[in-house]
Amino acid sequence: MQRRLKIGVLYSRVRVEEKWIFAALEKRGIDYDRLDDRAVHFDLENPAPWRSYDAILERSISYTSGLYALRILNAFGVTTVNTAAVADACGDKLTTSTLLAKAGLPQPRNVVAFTPESALAALEELGYPAVVKPVVGSWGRLLAKINDRDAAEAIFEHKATLGSTQHQVFYVQEFINKPGRDIRAIVIGGRVLTAMYRKSEHWITNTARGGEGELCPVTPEIESICLRSAQAMGGGVLAIDLVEHPERGYLINEVNHTMEFHTMQPLSGIDVAGEIVEYAMSVAKEKA
Amino acid sequence: MNTVSCTECAAGITLAENTEVGEIIVCPDCGVDLEVTSLSPAAIQLAPMEQEDWGE
Repeated sequence: MQRRLKIGVLYSRVRVEEKWIFAALEKRGIDYDRLDDRAVHFDLENPAPWRSYDAILERSISYTSGLYALRILNAFGVTTVNTAAVADACGDKLTTSTLLAKAGLPQPRNVVAFTPESALAALEELGYPAVVKPVVGSWGRLLAKINDRDAAEAIFEHKATLGSTQHQVFYVQEFINKPGRDIRAIVIGGRVLTAMYRKSEHWITNTARGGEGELCPVTPEIESICLRSAQAMGGGVLAIDLVEHPERGYLINEVNHTMEFHTMQPLSGIDVAGEIVEYAMSVAKEKA
Repeated sequence: MNTVSCTECAAGITLAENTEVGEIIVCPDCGVDLEVTSLSPAAIQLAPMEQEDWGE
């Protein structure tokens, strides 16, 4: 008789996405544990409790906790969705940009420097307006659109003086004059499930910042760029954010590895949570 | 029916039937984020503040 697979879900908060994932697991009669990342601990000399899982689905709200948990789990030989390598590639925007560039995929121009002076020189070469982003962060936090040298000097000085060491990595991106929207597509296991426009009057179109969702048809062009982006990151369960450049077409803005989909699931009518669970089960079966 | 008092403003809050432990609810009176820490008995506490590396 085939052994019953066991799944762990590592989470921090039960957001609506986690509620849907738990419901999808229960609906399928899957044996699973809820693992609150604030309550668990890892004994590096004792991987046995973690090895009892055939796969662990990582849904931590904190990038740092999630990434370190995945690194430990993968070192234990535990299968995870996504892998630590994918979390590393997606969670740090500079790493994402580097991998996209390596794969020759279209993205906004990016320059990187490690002091305010060299960042200013790089930005002047790139041209105004430009966007300064923290290399780690989400929900549109701490993004700065810089329109001139005065603003650049102020922002860089503030980051250098007030920020953590991570803010001393000056990651500057060309500003894309997008048509009041960007596109988010969900890719799971090499398939583009669905996509939506995120519309906003503000240049930050993130739905966490009030951007509104509208279904976006998955054209062959969108499908191709999303699949290639997912492959460059290492695959798995991903959300690809695209911006539309008036001349250069679709550019990859970022890739998310523990995406939220509370707007996407009802809008598309696609059971994203169910698809994530099916994917986690397929990965667990491969290993078992 | 599970009812709790907001830790910030003491407003009475009735938890929805499908509430889960770990879920965040918003106090309808003062708007503070509260985390459900137990269902029987129902208990809540102030939700942790948003951190710099949160979200996707």
